[in-house]
This record gives sequence, C-alpha cells and structure tokens, in this order.
Amino acid sequence: MKIPSAPLLCIAAVLAASPLRAQQAIVIEKERFEPGKTKPILVSLSGLTGEAAQVLQFDLYVQGFAFTNADAAQYLLSGSINGNLTGRATDRYSKASLVAKSYSGGTLRRQVHAFADDFVKALGRQGIAQTKIAFKLDTGANSEIVVSDFDGFGMQEVTKDNSLVAAPAWVPGRLALYYTSYKLGNPDIFHHDLSTGARKIFARYGGSNMSPAVSPDGTKVAMILSKDGWTDLYVGDADGGNVRRLTRSREDESSPCWSPDGKWICFAARINERRALCKIPASGGELQRIATSGVLNPTEPDWSPDGKWIVFTSMMRGFEICVVPAEGGTATVLVSGEDPSWAPNSRTVAFARREGGRRVLSLLDVPTKQYKDISRVSGNSGSNSQPSWAK
Amino acid sequence: MKVSKFATLLVLGLIVATAATGCRKKPGYLTPLPGTTPGTVGDVGPGAPLDTGKTTGSDIKPEDFGGITSNQPGAHFGWLEDASMFKQDTVYFDFDSSAIKSGEKSKIASVADYLKGNTKAAVRVEGHCDERGTEEYNRALGERRALAIREELVRLGIDPTRVDTLSYGEDRPAVQGHDESAWRLNRRGEFILLTPP
Repeated sequence: MKIPSAPLLCIAAVLAASPLRAQQAIVIEKERFEPGKTKPILVSLSGLTGEAAQVLQFDLYVQGFAFTNADAAQYLLSGSINGNLTGRATDRYSKASLVAKSYSGGTLRRQVHAFADDFVKALGRQGIAQTKIAFKLDTGANSEIVVSDFDGFGMQEVTKDNSLVAAPAWVPGRLALYYTSYKLGNPDIFHHDLSTGARKIFARYGGSNMSPAVSPDGTKVAMILSKDGWTDLYVGDADGGNVRRLTRSREDESSPCWSPDGKWICFAARINERRALCKIPASGGELQRIATSGVLNPTEPDWSPDGKWIVFTSMMRGFEICVVPAEGGTATVLVSGEDPSWAPNSRTVAFARREGGRRVLSLLDVPTKQYKDISRVSGNSGSNSQPSWAK
Repeated sequence: MKVSKFATLLVLGLIVATAATGCRKKPGYLTPLPGTTPGTVGDVGPGAPLDTGKTTGSDIKPEDFGGITSNQPGAHFGWLEDASMFKQDTVYFDFDSSAIKSGEKSKIASVADYLKGNTKAAVRVEGHCDERGTEEYNRALGERRALAIREELVRLGIDPTRVDTLSYGEDRPAVQGHDESAWRLNRRGEFILLTPP
C-alpha cells in the first residue's frame, strides 16, 4: 500500500502549489501504476441525476475513479442540464478549474462522454469515453459480429449471415475489422470495411483460418492457419498477399497479438508440455519466452498500446485475467474472466466474464482492479465475448 | 531461454508426441491440406456498414486495398454433404488433447474402409471442444483434433486430398451442459461424407 499511495500524496502536494505542474505529476503516476494495487482517485458529483449521472459514473469508474462526497474528493465534478450539458471539474485542493464547458449536439449520452473525456484529459490521461468495441454476439445457434460504444450502448450488428463468427480485430485507426466467418462453409478470415459494408476474403486456405491480429500500422495481419498440416502462426500483408509461416512445430500456437512498435508478435504456445507466452520477430526468427511467474497456462495475450504490459488469460481452476510487464516477470492476477483487450489508454481492458452458461462483457481498470459490466441494450440477450477495443 | 535449448526441447517434444501417437513414419505430419490457395466461392456478400451517426462516430477515412488475387475454389465446394453416414464413428478425445486414443482408432479405420470402397467420395473432419478453454485456444485445439484424425486416415492409406478439416472450437457442442457428462461428448471429431454433385 505504501508504494502506490506515495505518488498520490506527491500529486496532492504539488497540486496545492500549481495545477499546471500537478498535471505533469499525474502523468508520472499514470505511467508507474502498480496493477491491481493502486487506489482509485476520489471524485464527487453534484447537479446531475439519472442517465447523465449514470453515464459519467460508469465512464470514470472504469478509468480508476471512485465517487465519494465532496468533503473527501480530490476533484469536484458538477453539471447542469438545460437542454444541453454544462460540466465543470475543479480541483478541491488547489481550487483550480480543470474543465468548464457546455456541450451541444448529439445526444445527452454523447455530451456526458465528451465531458468525461475532457476531465480525464485535464489530468494528462487519454480519454476513452468516445471509443468503440467490436465483439461476438452469440444469438443461440449462430453468432454475429457487433460494434457498440465502449459502454455497450449504440450496438449494431455488422454481420447478418446466420452463420458463425469469431475473433473480431480492429484495424488500428480505421473503421474496419478482420474476423473469422463460417459463412462460406469453412472458417475463413474476412476483411470488413465498416464505412461501406464491403467485405473481402482475406484468408481462405484449407483447414481453419483463425485469430487475425492487425499490426499497429495496419499493413500486416498475424493469424493461425492449418493449411500446411498443423496449426501454426503466419503473417501476411493486409490484402492477403505474402503469407509467411513463422512457426513450424507440432506444439500448439494460438491468439497472436502485436507489440505496439510492430516488431514482435506475441502468442500463446506450448513448450515442452507447458504452456507459455512467447514472442517472435514479425519478420520471422527466434522464438523468445515471456515469463509469467506465479500463474499457469497463459493464453490470449494482448500488448498494451504504451508497450509496457501484456494482459492475458490464465487457465487454472477457472479463467483469470492477469497482467505481466511486457518483458516478462511476475504476473498479477486481477479478476476472473477471459479474452482481455486493451483500451487505447493502456489502463482499461474489456474482457468476458462467464455468468451461468453465458458470457458477459466487462470493463476493468487494471491499476485499481475496479470493473463493471457493459450495458446490455435491447437485442443483446445472448452470450457476449471476444471484445476488441478500437484503437 | 536459449535458442539451442529451446530447439532441443522442441525436437524432444516432437519425438514424444510422435511416440505417443505411435506412428513411426508420421506420414501425415505437414501434409498440406487441399485448397491451400485463397479462393472465392461465389460472393462473400456485403456486411452491414456502421451507422456512425447513431453513435460516437470516427472521422477516420478508411482505405480500400486491392482484391484477393487468386480465385481457386475450395477443393470440395458444392459436393453433397452427409452428416449421418459416419455418426457412429465420431472420435472422442481426452481433455485438452488431440492424441487419438487407441480405443477410437477402429472408428477411423471404418471410415478409411468406406473411402477405399468408394473412391470418388471424400470426407470432412470437423473438430470440436468442450467449453473448458478459451475460445480461440479451443478453435486451434479443434483443428488439431481434426488434423490428427486426418493423419490417421492418411496412415491408413487415404489420399490426403480426399480429407478436409475444419474446427468449430466450442461453438457447436453436441450436448448442452456444464459437467463431464456433457464435456466428454463434446470433445470430438465428426466425419461428414462428401460426394461429388
């Protein structure tokens, strides 16, 4: 407890002196968080009720804030709705005004999301309240790819194939996805341009075409193929050309992801009968193991956009979301769940929780371990899984 | 871990795996699957565009790229499918394993015998898993189960071009349920008979 709280105390001290310097101090705190052991930042809210208050509380909770009364809070948030939202954020210690804006246009939800982002940005962080996620919606016998706001609202089915789909993956910075579809009778990988709806076959080799992962610059896609007789890791150009095989082993490989510099592909493998996370140069080369001390059977890695962490699923008695420094080390168990996907802020992850016989999506703030399920809007009563956070 | 050590482990693992499956010549290992070039089978058809006006839209301009170059159709596309012919021959697996159990081999032999007597027919092996695994791990595991069955068919003398594989992972359980009585029936490989149209 002493270690994580120390930076917060520093911030409080600096804040009292100067709000400008305080922002710099908070940036440092953000980068040095200790997964699962950081205390939430306390905020209070006045003037907003109902949907507006719920939206703001959700947005900030999953980014490591906790709501308390005005006497205990570090930041005081207030809002008023007079047709449009007016939002204010003040530092209780320095009395500095961090946000004072009125919002127009869109819906009330969008205005509140924009206010949440402005507040978080004033603290030197990246806002995520106006981002999107894609995920798999199991409709019973079939499944479809859906896209929604990060909190589950505004859900739209982008496939209507009455077939099976799997593993949606955003193209970074673009309105496009890759995913596996069984529409043509075989698990193939499609590219789907979300601005036009146009789709193309990306990989349709014999056997199964699985688990696409797009490089940070969008020019390459890593995937698991079985075309050469066993399941191995491959990488190809974004248009499906130049497919190269990166692993040749009878051991299993699954769930590739990229390092944010595009140099490495990380994936789950089995070495000498023990599962491990590995990385291999994206252009091919030697496999390196990434230590995940303290947990067993790591799978489904996702590398944080800031390059510092790898979040993954550990399969022990159940499934646990864990995080480890990207260079490997001691893993921290966070919460029960599977298939984590980082938000662009490198601190929140979307993941799937099993609840009874189905899965629900939840958002986890890694430093504080706070998590909350996304909303199930009308039409979403099935199992939700395999989230991919647009970056 | 040093490379040399890793390579040794990999080779050792390979030997162990080969010994465990009992096939000394490992004939099917790295046998390419048919239809190994990407091909369009009819049109994919459009998906839905995202109505960004409904949500918090992105202003990023998408870039279009060139189409798929090769248009080779799938090896057995358009063939008639019969899922009932080999219903009795569904092969079951141990938890988290793609090794063919000795008690299951006679089922694969029975399918091989049929294919030997019906030289125009082909078969698709569909691999499945129980729910105790993450989704994409299971998708890969299901494919390895299908491939292991394919290797056994090849070992029994069936031409590999007559055997397709695919994996459904945990998406198509045979039995609903969350205990071993359901799981043992869901860890399986099914045979779909394919006959030319």
